[in-house]
Amino acid sequence: MKILVAVKRVVDYNVKVRVNLEGTAVETNNVKMSMNPFDEIAVEEGVRLKESGKCDELVAVSIGTSSSQETIRTALAMGADRGILVETDDPIEPLGVAKLLKVICSREKPDIVIVGKQAIDDDANQTGQMLAALLDWPQGTFASRINIENTKAQVTREVDVGLETIEINLPAVISTDLRLNEPRYASLPNIMKAKKKPIDIIPITELNIDIAPRVKVIKVSEPPKREAGVIVENVKELLEKLRNEAKVIS
Amino acid sequence: MSESFHDIREAVRKLCAGFPGEYWRNLDRERSYPTDFVDALTNSGFLSALIPTEFGGSGLGVQEAGAILEEIHASGCNGGACHAQMYTMGTILRHGNNQQKETYLPKIASGELRLQAFGVTEPTSGTDTSRIRTTATRRADGYIINGQKVWTSRIEYSDLLLLLARTKPRESGKKPHDGISVFLVDIRDLQNQGLEIKPLRAMINHSACEVFFENMLVPTSGLIGKEGEGFRYILDGMNAERILLAHEAIGDARWFIDKAVGYAKDRVVFDRPIGKNQGVQFPIAENYAEMCAAQLMVQKAARLFDNQESCGKEANIAKYLASEASWRAGDTCMQTFGGFGFAEEYDIERKFRETRLFRTAPISSNLILSYIAEHVLGLPRSF
Ligand SMILES: Cc1cc2nc3c(=O)[nH]c(=O)nc-3n(C[C@H](O)[C@H](O)[C@H](O)COP(=O)(O)OP(=O)(O)OC[C@H]3O[C@@H](n4cnc5c(N)ncnc54)[C@H](O)[C@@H]3O)c2cc1C
Repeated sequence: MKILVAVKRVVDYNVKVRVNLEGTAVETNNVKMSMNPFDEIAVEEGVRLKESGKCDELVAVSIGTSSSQETIRTALAMGADRGILVETDDPIEPLGVAKLLKVICSREKPDIVIVGKQAIDDDANQTGQMLAALLDWPQGTFASRINIENTKAQVTREVDVGLETIEINLPAVISTDLRLNEPRYASLPNIMKAKKKPIDIIPITELNIDIAPRVKVIKVSEPPKREAGVIVENVKELLEKLRNEAKVIS
Repeated sequence: MSESFHDIREAVRKLCAGFPGEYWRNLDRERSYPTDFVDALTNSGFLSALIPTEFGGSGLGVQEAGAILEEIHASGCNGGACHAQMYTMGTILRHGNNQQKETYLPKIASGELRLQAFGVTEPTSGTDTSRIRTTATRRADGYIINGQKVWTSRIEYSDLLLLLARTKPRESGKKPHDGISVFLVDIRDLQNQGLEIKPLRAMINHSACEVFFENMLVPTSGLIGKEGEGFRYILDGMNAERILLAHEAIGDARWFIDKAVGYAKDRVVFDRPIGKNQGVQFPIAENYAEMCAAQLMVQKAARLFDNQESCGKEANIAKYLASEASWRAGDTCMQTFGGFGFAEEYDIERKFRETRLFRTAPISSNLILSYIAEHVLGLPRSF
């Protein structure tokens, strides 16, 4: 069985992000970048399936600038076998990413694609679903547990009412939720081994896919500063403030 | 942002994230050993970075090992409990015989054996190692050790001890350091057999001990290299140690600067963040500049060491500059935090105590300055 995991290079979750001077995007110059945490979970799940003998080959794919190779190396050091970078300097929207991943899937023919449910930079939560639709494959989103048996996957999903377990046929797309697993940190010997694992770099132009943006970002602004709290005397005053100041009840 | 050995640093940071300030605070209070932290580092192979691959390590240089230690310290952790497991083996690697290497290095690499105690300093000799008084007297079945060491770190958590002792009196050789030998001592079964260890209460949680030897037998196989040549063997190990600990000091400086910057932005006094005042900004900026400069020297020394070029001058200067930079950054950080710098909960006071060590050990700043003055600049000898 072959598994493909998609990994995205994003601003590290510890960084306090700032809007750039032009107000068009979040500043990424001189900012620490890391693998999207949900993608780390995806890689970890793939590595665990390898360790359990269910997966023979684990391939990590990233779409992004040449620096995304670092992110792929992280996946290789965690235990992926090889990497593919679709190289581009432009930001790609979820639909573009899904189309590109579809091309990679047609070349690689994986049995499962595992993606993070969302990337922490744009929180779109679309790529996995769009990819499944384009491929016409079943999908199991927001997985908190994955169980693979032969040609089927049981995916436990975190939904509003609790946990829902579904069974889907392979090949399928699965997206990871936070509680699926706790990703490992790479050991030094594995970091050294990862340096020798191959990364195939494909210039985006070679794939001939329409990745033109469908959405135009008009403005990016910081959230309003949080005002200091106030202590109210009684419930009456609280209700009055909620109604007239916060305007959250009527 | 590009940094050297990004992948290694990233993995170390992730490991360290599991050992937050609270973990170290509790250990500091109890003066106990960070077993879980050391196990995590061992299991992920970081402590065997310098051991060649043929003996089960990763075969890397002090540049990579330094990056590991720097990141440990920049994450608010402390490598002092186990850094010596990385480099003490260098003496065996470079000067031991094949049997010693094959017996010990693979087990040190796997962590099955700990070699992280190095007995040099004695109460009466001070920095003048030529005056150590611990003796090793030859007998048919080995050497009989008598004497005393002080500040021997981690010996309670070590299976093996690298020991410096006199096999000939100081007066009998041509040079003051002739007649000193190095031994690799398996101390696991020696307690009550001539070895006594007494932990010292100290300013920091560093597991430093007094060690007493009374007719302790070391088998002949424990001698490293030739008898009487020991001081020479430990010299290049000392350069490695200085370069690696200089990385730790750089890591501390980064941590202090990071904390100071964060607090200076957040803390509002007189209706403005304190970091808006240049009186608060400038010391931090100055420390940052000093840290960057020291870091260049540390990197240079490490590069030379890894290329097997002579690096005594650079290793010493690196250790000096890095320890001064971390100390000053620590002081600024204390000042920036005001009264809260003294609160245990902020970890500043603990780090401040911990980083002070680098100005004293493994070699104190004055001795480095005298080395630079006399050996680099050719000034008259003072002692
Ligand atoms: C926490 C801790 C852990 C340690 N771990 C180890 C260990 O594991 N193994 C080990 O062997 N040692 C260890 N040491 C010992 C350490 O290496 C020594 O303390 C250090 O080298 C200084 O030696 P000393 O204490 O004898 O000071 P001294 O040599 O007595 O010096 C005292 C002061 O005088 C200054 N001085 C001395 N001579 C001169 C001179 N000619 N010119 C100018 N100034 C001079 C020194 O710079 C110093 O400031 C440790 C020490 C500490 C505090």
